[in-house]
Amino acid sequence: MLEVKHQSKGLVSHGVSACAGCGLEIVMRSAMRVLGEDTMIIIPPGCAALFSGFGKETALKIPGFQGNLENSAACASGLRAALNAKGNTHTKVLAFAGDGATVDIGIQALSGVLERRDKVIYICYDNEAYMNTGIQSSSSTPQFASTTTTPAGKNTGRKDLVQIAISHDIPYAATASIYNIKDLERKIEKASEVDGPSLVHVHAPCPTGWRYDPSKTIQVARAAVETGCWIQYEYENGKYTLNYNRKALKPIEEYVGLQGRFKKMSAEDKKTMQENVKAHFDKYTGKMI
Amino acid sequence: MQKQQEQQTRNCKKINVYGPCANEFVSSNTGSWRLERPVVNFENCIKCGICESFCPCNVITIHKELKESVEIDYDYCKGCGICVNECPKNCIKLVAEGSVE
Repeated sequence: MLEVKHQSKGLVSHGVSACAGCGLEIVMRSAMRVLGEDTMIIIPPGCAALFSGFGKETALKIPGFQGNLENSAACASGLRAALNAKGNTHTKVLAFAGDGATVDIGIQALSGVLERRDKVIYICYDNEAYMNTGIQSSSSTPQFASTTTTPAGKNTGRKDLVQIAISHDIPYAATASIYNIKDLERKIEKASEVDGPSLVHVHAPCPTGWRYDPSKTIQVARAAVETGCWIQYEYENGKYTLNYNRKALKPIEEYVGLQGRFKKMSAEDKKTMQENVKAHFDKYTGKMI
Repeated sequence: MQKQQEQQTRNCKKINVYGPCANEFVSSNTGSWRLERPVVNFENCIKCGICESFCPCNVITIHKELKESVEIDYDYCKGCGICVNECPKNCIKLVAEGSVE
């Protein structure tokens, strides 16, 4: 059984070795606050593996399992099947993976779960690169962002994970951001209540990889939503709802200027990015209204 | 690390569990990372709780009934400064570690 050596306020330990100012910690604490003790968690290797701990030490009070990068969704599906076979339908199964383990490596396992309609909550925290192994570019990295594998800036745009999930016709999918914790918690709660697979895609800024001061994590997350670089919406039974609808978006400079990874962008690149962001935002708002 | 994991595996084989199995809930000493510590000026504090909600380490507790309403657990505070940046009244400041007591 779990031996509690240090006290903590919630289900997550206070001293987790995530970097100072990490957005992922906020996502994890919000998820645990909402889902509660009756949850089992699957964490693939990555930054989130800090919560499943090293050796015999753990930072979570709930049972969990660390799988491989590619199969977190498949493990969650198997766990659900085992719980159902035992007649346990109340325990929630949560897969908590990063963007690399979801959008790149684990997308076939995720697609399988969405197709089989297993009752699994999938939370993807998106820090827009493989941060744990040294800031390599992933397919969720935005255009022009500098990473160690794309030092001059990425040439192509990002995959749209939630649209991929929606095309499986799942009951609930949403994007959220850590700057609005109430909204994030509401979405996780909704995701846990639906009968079937659900996906919550959370924007979680990373001070180490995005090269900004750790104190600006929330400011960067807020700027991403206000400039339209991150669109907050949810999809429920065929209906789209936009959670942030500003008629006039702020110029992208307010988001891009805060971060060191966009430092090498020329004025022309910024113009292209502004146009792309605007077109992308209009496409979504057109779809939703 | 390797030795620690092998030890765990050996004990678990008796009940058919393979791989290291965590059974201790611990907190690392993340307070030792801090170079600057957040200090609250209670004159302007409106007890809104924004610092509490955004703290990544969950080390801030708000006591609404007390004058010194914001309690920060310096054992685990990493000194990231999110509370300083998000405070609507700008009443939290970062001061160098060791300069105040």
